Amino acid sequence: MCLAIPGKIKSIGYQYDGLVRMAQVSFGGITKEASLDMVPHADVGDYVLVHVGVAISVVDEEEARKSFQYLAEIGELDELVESSQIDRNH
Amino acid sequence: MKHLSEYRDPDQVDQYVQEIHRTVTRPWTIMEVCGGQTHSLVKNGILNLLPESVTMVHGPGCPVCVTPVNLIDKAVYLAEEKGVMLCSFGDMIRVPGSGRSLLEAKAGGADVRILYSPLEAVRLARDNPNREVVFFAVGFETTAPANALSVVQARQLGLTNYSILASHVLVPPAMEAVMNDPDTNIQAFLAAGHVCTIMGTGEYAPLAERYRLPIVVTGFEPVDLLHGILMTIRQLERGEHKLENQYTRVVRAEGNPDARRVIDQVFEVVDREWRGIGTIPRSGWEVRRELARFDANRKFSVSIPKVPECSDCIAGLVLKGIRKPNECTEFGTRCNPERPLGAPMVSSEGACAAYYHFSSALSDCVE
Ligand code: SF4
Repeated sequence: MCLAIPGKIKSIGYQYDGLVRMAQVSFGGITKEASLDMVPHADVGDYVLVHVGVAISVVDEEEARKSFQYLAEIGELDELVESSQIDRNH
Repeated sequence: MKHLSEYRDPDQVDQYVQEIHRTVTRPWTIMEVCGGQTHSLVKNGILNLLPESVTMVHGPGCPVCVTPVNLIDKAVYLAEEKGVMLCSFGDMIRVPGSGRSLLEAKAGGADVRILYSPLEAVRLARDNPNREVVFFAVGFETTAPANALSVVQARQLGLTNYSILASHVLVPPAMEAVMNDPDTNIQAFLAAGHVCTIMGTGEYAPLAERYRLPIVVTGFEPVDLLHGILMTIRQLERGEHKLENQYTRVVRAEGNPDARRVIDQVFEVVDREWRGIGTIPRSGWEVRRELARFDANRKFSVSIPKVPECSDCIAGLVLKGIRKPNECTEFGTRCNPERPLGAPMVSSEGACAAYYHFSSALSDCVE
């Protein structure tokens, strides 16, 4: 459960009447919401390491691509996949 | 199981393995602290690539595993008796308490939700103003920013029906507990990369100095782990004991100051009980007193009787790296991931569970 997964920031918007800033981050084919509060300078197009819905650091594209590929190969993306299935069922 | 050569950079893997074999002249015992690293070492068959004289022992590094049974019982009680919407990560939901797991409570009709993020629990609280929502906030330093941020958001939104049941543990005090055990034979540590992404490396240099052993901050992929092991062995062979960072592409010395600020706003350091080990001083985070209304422990005063841990389980010795999982007489027989007797069998990142699931990868260690 301690893995952080790299993804690309697709867009940034506000929620809860503008109180909270959140990004849409894409991980391969799956898009999830993530807070950018811990990486306030990250912008659309940047790659970030996301852990349980919070981006914890900015990484370069090459690093993001490699480590995503590794996680996918060893089947460690279940959390992401499972949770997006849960989303769909709601 | 996949073979390591199928993963990226097989050449690099080979080079590190060869270099490790060339460098080692004496037996060394190295502990990886992080359960994610244990999982990766075992799953990828890395243990079989190392020289016989290098022993990797597995540390206490799985926050789900070390969450006290008592706290799980409390979560089950809140879900079943207090009618709260009890949310947590999937791993935590599956861990049995002294009676039921949260998953079993859910099957029995309690409102238990598996979420990807604590921020989703905040949304549930906002959308269900007449329900109490509790997030069972388990984790090491890596997970703390998200759990803390959920409290910050709940406060910003003026929510009065959101709280967290914190089971937060800290890595450096656990390393100290391992080193302070007179039976330990650990000569070096691999420190957990993602933990240091948040906290930085500052806490580790004094530990390396005090216990006179190398500490290498390491990532979790096979190449990272082999590189980290090589850096550690180089230090050991030279008689050095310093802090080094293998994972520089992600970990900065100062960590993530924005994340640390949010953690400080919400949490304060407390003594914490670790399942299988006992209480370790100043080894966890609890919600700050001034935010008590977001602390499920204070909000719902329930006292759950403590159940003693199984006496045949040697979890304490396994978590401190003094015994290997397969040296336990209960391993794989009375104790398995379906019916775990102790902490390291309860989640896939626990050492006993990693050995159980990937025993084919451990041909040398498990018969
Ligand atoms: S195999 Fe089971 S009983 Fe033995 S130490 Fe591990 S968790 Fe405890």
